Parts: sequence; structure tokens; C-alpha cells
Amino acid sequence: MTRYLARRVLEAIPLLFIISIVLFILMSNMGDPLATMGGRTLTRAADRLRLTRQLGLDKSVPEQYLYWLVGNDWTRVDLDGDGVPETAGTRKGVLRGDLGTSLVNRGRPVWQVIWARLPNTLLLMLTAEIVIIVGSLLIGVYSALHQYSFLDNLITAISFVGYSMPIFFIALLSMYIFSIQFKAWGLPSLPTVGMFDPQVGQTPGQVALHMVLPVFSLSFISFAAYSRYIRSTMLEVLSQDYIRTARAKGLPRRDVVFVHALKNASLPIVTVIGLDLPLLLAGAVVTERIFAWPGMGRLFLDHVSRGDAPVVMGILMLISVAVVFFQIVTDLVYAWLDPRIRYDTGRAQGG
Amino acid sequence: MDKPPERSSLFTTDEAEAPPLSLRQLTWRRFRRHRVAIAAAITLALLFVYAFGGGVIVSERFANFTDTSLRLQAPSSGHPFGTDTVGRDILARTVYGGQISLMIGLTAVLIETLAGVLIGAAAGFYGGRVDTLLMRFTEAVFNIPQIFLLIVMAKFFGGMVPNLTVLGRTYSGSLVVIIFIIGLTSWPYLARIVRAEFLSLKENDFVLAARATGTRNSEIIFRHILPNSAAPIVVSATLGVANAILTEAYISFLGLGVQPPTATWGNMLEGAYNYVATAPWLWIFPGLLILLTVLSINFLGDGLRDALDPRSRTV
Amino acid sequence: MTNLLEVSGLTTRFHTPEGTVYAVNGASFEVKQGETLAVVGESGCGKSVSMLSILGLVAVPPGEIVSGCALFDGQDLLRLKDEELQAIRGKDISMVFQDPMTSLNPVLSIGLQVTEAMRVHCGYSAEQAARRAVDLLDQVGISDASARLGEYPHQFSGGMRQRVMIAMALSCDPRLIIADEPTTALDVTIQAQIVELVIRLREQRGMAVIWITHDLGVVAGMADRVSVMYAGFIVEESDVDCLYDDPRHPYTLALLAALPRIDRRRKDRLKPIRGSPPNLLVEPHGCPFAPRCEFVIERCRHENPTLQTVSTGHRIACWVDIRGGQPK
Repeated sequence: MTRYLARRVLEAIPLLFIISIVLFILMSNMGDPLATMGGRTLTRAADRLRLTRQLGLDKSVPEQYLYWLVGNDWTRVDLDGDGVPETAGTRKGVLRGDLGTSLVNRGRPVWQVIWARLPNTLLLMLTAEIVIIVGSLLIGVYSALHQYSFLDNLITAISFVGYSMPIFFIALLSMYIFSIQFKAWGLPSLPTVGMFDPQVGQTPGQVALHMVLPVFSLSFISFAAYSRYIRSTMLEVLSQDYIRTARAKGLPRRDVVFVHALKNASLPIVTVIGLDLPLLLAGAVVTERIFAWPGMGRLFLDHVSRGDAPVVMGILMLISVAVVFFQIVTDLVYAWLDPRIRYDTGRAQGG
Repeated sequence: MDKPPERSSLFTTDEAEAPPLSLRQLTWRRFRRHRVAIAAAITLALLFVYAFGGGVIVSERFANFTDTSLRLQAPSSGHPFGTDTVGRDILARTVYGGQISLMIGLTAVLIETLAGVLIGAAAGFYGGRVDTLLMRFTEAVFNIPQIFLLIVMAKFFGGMVPNLTVLGRTYSGSLVVIIFIIGLTSWPYLARIVRAEFLSLKENDFVLAARATGTRNSEIIFRHILPNSAAPIVVSATLGVANAILTEAYISFLGLGVQPPTATWGNMLEGAYNYVATAPWLWIFPGLLILLTVLSINFLGDGLRDALDPRSRTV
Repeated sequence: MTNLLEVSGLTTRFHTPEGTVYAVNGASFEVKQGETLAVVGESGCGKSVSMLSILGLVAVPPGEIVSGCALFDGQDLLRLKDEELQAIRGKDISMVFQDPMTSLNPVLSIGLQVTEAMRVHCGYSAEQAARRAVDLLDQVGISDASARLGEYPHQFSGGMRQRVMIAMALSCDPRLIIADEPTTALDVTIQAQIVELVIRLREQRGMAVIWITHDLGVVAGMADRVSVMYAGFIVEESDVDCLYDDPRHPYTLALLAALPRIDRRRKDRLKPIRGSPPNLLVEPHGCPFAPRCEFVIERCRHENPTLQTVSTGHRIACWVDIRGGQPK
């Protein structure tokens, strides 16, 4: 197992490098950073030149990448344009945790900018993920055990519709029904804007209340998709020979389903759920926009539209690292759960 | 003992074997049984008629005709789907928006399939360093969530293509950009599938036979192996259309997709969340159309997958 | 001696989109205490389905047990509810299945799978059950059993897994073990070992065995009585020696003739049975073997013969007396 882990981590490292290169090339063409930083105050050519050199933009792209990666505080930068580097660089580079400084929020470290919003997004996503896993397990197993019952057919129909819906449609629809119409019908309505009501303050209760609609929108699609997937996986497992053996031993149904079947069904489910992260992130971008949730999705949109390359790059790298990391975690969980991988001794003795 | 009777009368009707069905016949038979898939196919056909046939009934000028005095009107006999923020008729815009959305779906999938198949086939067939290189690249692209890549690429490439005039109609240049970037960010999934197919198929004897008779590699790939891996490609392409339509909707919704004056179902929803309460018709109709399209494609894809699954041989 | 298990008129059908499958048609057989009954027939002739029907392991849609009676301990198993059957399965009647590669749960340890039935049926604690499991695994010939309790099925070879299955089946001291082609998926040498194992255990414990197989060679070595099945019908039933010395049904005759034999001249070709097995989707009419039978007469095609006794303990379902070639 540790060898497996080590191998996966070692494979991930070059992958992350390639990702960073791809992203960097993309970013380095993304508009004029100088203009982003407030062109009004920099009309003097000399100032512009100085800034260009300070940001390292006069260097070639591969060099820029290098500095981005390992910083330039170990070398000197030529700020006054005389061809002689004299000023010490200030950047430490990504590998030492320095993501650079924001162009839009002048000089503020990218990390700070991101960190101000990251927890909010994580809150939404983690809650959504839990809702998805628990909910779809319950519904999926129920559906599998009551195949073709009315409820099962209903659930299947709703699932199909649910996972064909664009997320903004669900968000708008839920907004419409649970907030506006509820209000019109005199029912207590759910809030739709922001994380908390400014008049009440940021209490856990407020946040929880404001989270309901965004989490619902975020999780609905995946929830629908996974209920179906779990149902079909369970059905497949339940038709296996070893389930027949378990029943032939006279085990009660409870044991057959929850001990024998579920453990086998959980393997593909783990893989699929682990791959869900990118989808949740995508959903987060849209959901945060609609519900004005101060999270990383909105941050990303804002900074992209303003051409703030360091922040955008920082977010993209962060997300990619998270995705790769999660894949490794998923693989590990899978390997741990499946004894065929965990006990990979490969010996089969005797006859 | 009786004289052995004539052989033919020994066999009752159940003994006579039905003539074996060809693979295509088998597939069609199984597809036909999947009634929902048929219904979905019909629905899709109707949607196409709505979008493209509707263009004959309603002119594009009408769809783009703004009259701010008529803005935000609820559905009425004059405007069955209501009007939008600048007074344009929503029904007409869904017709033309539909044309664009559907077209984006199909063309983006074309690009995606081309890229995915080429890369997957090369990686799977040649193996070794080619495989490693291509797969590393594929993984890299795959691991960056599509929407983020799209947002960045849309921002960057967005203004690069000028408006085009084709067959007397003007299209925003962003349309071409969107098609390309969706296609260029969706291929990794298919590439992996194709690679897996090629990896397993190239071990088969028919490939060995082809090589032994001196067939060129490109012929082996395209005429021998590829047709055998058609099933997952077809299913993936079908579902890819739904994905492309959804992706375009997402990104247009965020304001970074296809730009006006060209309408798509997605960009009709842009900013609609400001009018959730006051003008729900702004987002309900385009949203429902997207839902219907994607739903039908998903059912269709499901039916195709069942029909094309080589593992079940029963009719 | 009374019958331990007495099945009469068992009829099971499956309702599929392609039509109704007539899997078992009025099958009857008995097993006495400590007796070994072999059920012989081609693949798809209904041997497995019969046993699964008795134990209530047939999925009821699409399956349907149309009629029949399976008396065990004075109870008709076919009339019992699932909970009541659960108490019998694994405890009084156990089953060993054909494919050891897929019949064990890959993600649960061997120890758990062997001890489960004991803990549910015999109320053993975890430690007691574990000790008994080690004992059982030892008896079936798995060396170093206590160390291997924590291992998983993929760490055992096919033959070993089948031994584990047998250990599982024995765990609650059942009075009847139904073995559904337990050696078909194994090498011939392993086959022999498993058969020997079952014979030894049978002698030690005195349990009854129903051994399903299509291999007449195995039958000769270990059965007391034999039932021959064809297309869901029982066509011949007798003591094992009688079957080989004096087969009376054309199908049995053909099966025996088709066996490769070491004492025949090498130039003789093997004698397959001409024709192919019937389509089970068609409601059976007349004798099922008629299309392929050498001795067929007109009556065979219209009337299905029922089982008739021809001598002590020997019954056949046939209109023709094959010894003389004359209709009976």
C-alpha cells in the first residue's frame, strides 16, 4: 500500500508540472497586466518600463515561468534599465508557497486574496458533497431493493430530469419557488442573497439558512446522477453469484444487502464520487454568481474579467492541485477498500 | 421398430433455427425495444424542426428587433413567451437561439471527437513513449476543470474573431471561438476511452493478421480497429452533444460565451437572475428548452448504449 | 427408511421478454438419510433450477414455481415464506455452487464467510465460530488454516476456494448438501481430490448429498442413486449400478454411448447424440427427447410418458422398451 501511495504521488508531480506549464502559457497571453494595474497612473513611459521590469515581463516566457516557480529572490533584477541587475528580487516562487501578488488588489499577496474567499466555497462544497453521498446512498439502495415499484420509477424519472438540468435552471427555479413563491404564499421563505443578513450578523444560524438554496442547487444534479448510478451498481452486485451463496447460507436479508452487497457496490461509487470535485467546482462558479455567495467562484470571475493573471493563475493551480490530490485520495480509498488490491501478494497456494 | 420418419417431420417448428441476424439488425431491434429512446429521438427531431423550421416562419430581424417600450412584458397573444429586457420577442429568440445552441452542440462534438479519437488511437496503438507523452498531456488537460479553462480561454480568445457573414446572416465571432474552445477542452474523456479500446483491440488476432499481410498502420487503425470501437465513440459523441450544449449555456450565462447580437439559449439567461421574481418568463422558456434537449439526448444516448453493448447478445 | 427430501411434480417457469421458459417440468426425486443422489443431464436441462426452486433461491419475478411439493422434515419447502426458509438454508440444507471463482464474496475475508452461517444459525460467538472454522478448514484440507482466516478469496486457488465452499456448507452440520456441479470448473486432478474429500466427509458425518453433474464418470464413483434429467423432465431414475448395467431410457443409453472409453478400439469414432437440445421457450408437447431418439415411435411425439417403475428402484419415462425395440 505504501508503495502504491508513493507511486501515485511520484506520478502526480510531473503531472502538476505539466499542468502548471499549460496554465502559465495560457495566462501569459491574457491581456496586458500593466493596463490591469490601473493604467491611469502610469502614463509616463519610464514608469511603465520600470513596472515591466519589476514584474519580469521583459523576460521570455520560459524565464517568467521559472521565476514564477522558484522566485527571484536569489537573483537580482535590473530595474533601472541600464542592463545591470542591481535590485534583489522579492518573490519566493510557487514552490515555496508564494503565489505572487495581485494586480488588481495592488500588491496584496495572492494567497490572501484567495484565502479571504476560499473557506466560503469550501463550506458550500463540503456540505454539498455530504448531502450528495448520504442522500444518493439512501435513495440508490432503496431503489435497488424495490426495483420497479412506483417509488422507484418516480425516483428514476426525477433523476433523469434532474441530471439533465443546467445548474442555473435549478438555482433559478429553487429561488423562484422557495423564496419568492413561498413569500407570496405566506410561507417562511429562504434567503437568496449572500452569506448572512447584514442586519443580523454572521451567525452560524444565518449562514446555515443562507446555505440551504445554494447547497440544494449545487448538489441536485450530482445527487440525481449518483442515485441512479448507485441503484444500477447495487442491482448488478445483487445479481452476482456470491450474493446467491450468501442467501443460500440462510443469512437474513439485512446481512445480505448491507454486508455482502453494499461493500462491493461501494467500490465503484468511491471512484465516481472522487471524480465529482471538478463538477462541484464548476457548479460553484455559477451558484455563487446567482446567490451572491462570496466565494472563490465569484473571485475567479471577477479577476478573470479584470485580467489579474497572478490571482487567476493561483486559483487555477490551487484547483488543479486539489483535483489531482483528490484523485490520489480516491484511489487510495479504493485500494484500501478492495482487498484484492490491498493484499496484493498475488500468491495462490495449492490446489 | 418403426421406419425412421423423414427427417423434416422430426423437427417441430421450435427446432428450425431462425436465420442469424447481422449486428446491425440486432442493434436496431434492441434499440426499437427501448421505447423511451425512440420517444427521445422524436422529441429531438421536433426540437430541430422548432429551431430550424421556425426560422422560416419567424425572421431573424424580428428576433433581434428591439423596442424598449415593450420591455419585460408577460406572455401574451402577441408575444407567446413574453419580451426581454430590451423588448425582443422571446419566442423568436428561442427559435434562433435554438439554432445556434444546437449547432454549437454538434460542431463542438465534431471537434472533440476528432481530437479525442486521433489522440486516443495514437496513444493506444503505438504505445510506449508516444502513449506516455500523449496521456500525460491528456491527464493534464483533464485535471483542470473545464469551466475554468473555458472562462480563461473565452476571455482571451473572445475578441479575436470578427463577426462573420455566412449565407446572408451575421454571426458573432465569439461563436466560432466558443465552438473551438468547448471542443478543445472536452476531448480528454473520449481520448481515454478510445485509448482503452485500442489497447485491448490491438491484441486481437485480426490485427495480427492485418500486420502479417503488410497492411499499413494507418489502414489498420482506421479500417480495422476503429470500426470495432465505434460503439463507445458513438455513445460518447451523443452524450457529448448534451454536454456541449450545457457547457455553452453555462458560459454564456456567465456572460463570457456567445455575444450579442447572436442569441443562444444560454445567453438569453444572462442576467435573468436579476429578474427572477419580476419576469420569470425570461429564464423559464430557454431553460425548459435546454432541459428538454439535454434530457432527450441523454435518453437517446442511454438507449444507444444498451443497443450497442456487445456484451448482451439477446434480441 | 423414510425420505429426507421428497420432491414431486416440481414445475418452474421463467417469464422473460422473449417468452416463457419451461425450465422444470414436473420433476420428482427423493433422497434418503445419508444417501447420495446424482442428478445428471446436459447444461440447461433444469438440474440447477430444480435445486434453487426447492431452496427458494429463484427470483420470483421473473421466475414462477407453478406447482409441486418438496417435503423436508414434514414441511413443504415450496409453501414456506422466505424467513422460514432462511432458517433451513445453510443449517439443515446447504448448497455448494459451481464456480468457486465467483461464488465467494471478494471483499470479505474467508473467516467471515465461513463463520457467518454458524453465528446466525447456531448462535456461536465470534471466537467459538472462529475456532470451529479453523477446524472445518482443516478437515477440508486447507493447511495453516488459522493463519488463513483473515485472507481473502483471491489469495486462494480455484480448488482451495471450492474446499472453502464445502467447509462453509458443512459449518452447521446440515443433513443434506446439494452440490451443483462443484467440480465442473476445476482441473481433472483437482476434481478427483474434491470428490474424494466429499466421500470422506460423507462417511464421517452421514449427511445426504445431491450431486448435480453432467459427468457420468464422477457419478459412478460416488453416487448411490441416479436421476437423469432432460429438458426439465426426469427421464430415468435408478440405483447407480443398475444405470450402468441396464439403462432403459434412450437418452441414458445415448449418454453412456457417448462417453469416451478406454477399452474401446481407437478407430471407433465418438458417438455424439444427434440433433440439439430443445428450445425451452416452447411449451413441451410429447416426449422431449423424441426429435433425437433412435427408438422414437408416433406415440412419443404426442404423449409425454410419465415415470413408470420397470424394476425395483428403477423408473423410466418412455413408451418404448429399448431392450427389444418394441413399444411397451
